[in-house]
Amino acid sequence: MISLEKASVRFGPRTVLDQLSVKVEVGQSLAILGPNGRGKTTALRAMLGFQPLSGGTRTAPEIVGYVPQAAGINQRYSVLDVVVMGRAARLGLFGQPQAADFDAAREVLAEVGLLHFAEAMFDRLSGGERQLVLLARALATGSNVLVLDEPAAALDLKNQERLLSLLGKIRAKGDKAIIFTTHDPNHAFAAADDALLMLPGAAVLSGPVHETITAKHLEALYGVSMRLVDMPGPNGDMHRAVLPAFAGKVAA
Amino acid sequence: MTSIDNQLAGTPRQLGIVSRHAAIYIGAMLLLLAMIFAGMCLGRYSVDVPRAMQIIWLSILDPARPLDAIDERIIILVRVPRVLLAAFAGAALAASGAALQGVFRNPLVSPQVLGISQGAAFGGAIAILLGVWGLPLLAIVFFCGLAALALVGFLARIDGRTEIVTVILSGMIVGAMFSALVSLIQFLADPNGPLPAIVYWLMGSFASTTWERAAIAVPGLVIGMVFLWAMRFRLNILSLDEAEARSLGAKPELERWLIFALVALIVGSQVAVSGIVGWIGLVIPHATRLLVGHDHRRLLPVSMLLGAAYLVAVDTIARTATSAEIPLGVLTALVGAPVFAMLLRHHYRERNAA
Repeated sequence: MISLEKASVRFGPRTVLDQLSVKVEVGQSLAILGPNGRGKTTALRAMLGFQPLSGGTRTAPEIVGYVPQAAGINQRYSVLDVVVMGRAARLGLFGQPQAADFDAAREVLAEVGLLHFAEAMFDRLSGGERQLVLLARALATGSNVLVLDEPAAALDLKNQERLLSLLGKIRAKGDKAIIFTTHDPNHAFAAADDALLMLPGAAVLSGPVHETITAKHLEALYGVSMRLVDMPGPNGDMHRAVLPAFAGKVAA
Repeated sequence: MTSIDNQLAGTPRQLGIVSRHAAIYIGAMLLLLAMIFAGMCLGRYSVDVPRAMQIIWLSILDPARPLDAIDERIIILVRVPRVLLAAFAGAALAASGAALQGVFRNPLVSPQVLGISQGAAFGGAIAILLGVWGLPLLAIVFFCGLAALALVGFLARIDGRTEIVTVILSGMIVGAMFSALVSLIQFLADPNGPLPAIVYWLMGSFASTTWERAAIAVPGLVIGMVFLWAMRFRLNILSLDEAEARSLGAKPELERWLIFALVALIVGSQVAVSGIVGWIGLVIPHATRLLVGHDHRRLLPVSMLLGAAYLVAVDTIARTATSAEIPLGVLTALVGAPVFAMLLRHHYRERNAA
């Protein structure tokens, strides 16, 4: 479980988060949506414990699995060496990863479907593959909370699909609390139970995705008019999709 | 699960990597051994290898044995302490460079960048000006190196946070200040008294190494090296950006300062007995990365072996190439700068090709 209770963050006179309360239980998935500069990243950093709060409280396990938007790795490490870093918290300052840690790393790599890249160099992978390796590293921490910062922002459609179905798989197991930020409401429909909308100004809206992500709320959120459409899937279940009115083309 | 278990078994390619690394370790150790013997046997008075081994073996069996023959005295009293000190200093400086480049995420960083070397040089110049040698000199050098580091830390800490860029900038400022102070001391020193001693000392040399001096420096070098080596996996974590390192359970700020303090201990110990010896911490880790990659778990030990071999070799050249001994710091810079330039070009060419 991870939660913020009336959390506030101020940078000088500017209030970025105002009494934000969020709570994600294990087995739940939360998508955070908001326009650029509204404080999605600050909210995420506050949940991760990287951002000191001006007010309010944070409850979280000691280690939170974190998937950054882009890897801050400028050294040349192998994929396996990157994933085994997830075990660092249990190894301490002078610890060295042992065979069991490498086995655990290989197991999570297999889970994200990249075991065949274990010995490859991380910096030679494509952006999508790197994102999956970082997800594997977050899983290797063994934390029951997973926080992803715009995990699909820089990925092409195929890789977005790969990442979202993987998130779906992890979510289906029900042993993790998942939080991710995104710009695409369709990602929230695909991989979240709840959504948190950080509206311009200071207001936030939260609740189950199908109640929170509505055309009206999205228009308020992004200032772009939207249509939501429901399409039947192959099994008769309904899929909801968002159509923004780009270049003045409004859907009927 | 069975399919995973099958995949988990080592592939032939992995085994190939393991044996390649084993070959590099063995090669580096043999190189170090060869350089140590070259350092002990070559010189104005050359001794052949079997005789050198015999002399050392006899002295190990009976350390208190009287040294009568001239070659025994040269090997045991002059060359062994000198070679040992050069080896430990080279290993420790290479490890410092590798560790600093890791935590700064920047391949150009060395103890000079943090102002530690300049602080230590200032301490040494003061000590020589005051006529202090031996352990008190080490204490002054180490204290000044650490003071430079503390000053950098104080300047770089803004609103309770230190960022890497501000540390580098503060290091340059503090380094420049201490360099100016060293010049001031040189200006004030008596040209017929301590001035030549200060100037030669700043150029770096192992020429005056005795067992006593080696015993002063080696403990600090070894403590620094052992702790850096013990943190080799942690250095991988600290080489990530701050948020990632924190999310993996590290305390990057605190642990960075621990590394800096270990580097100050190493640089202080080395500078106290042999003056300013630069470039090892830049050249050796870069060359080692070409051999074993960037993973600090291999980079640290291989850098230590190669750093030791390199400094012993340079020191041997310094005292055998010409009739007068060339200052070591001059040679390491003359060799180091062009080699480093080549390595750097190679590094960026390869990265751009990636």
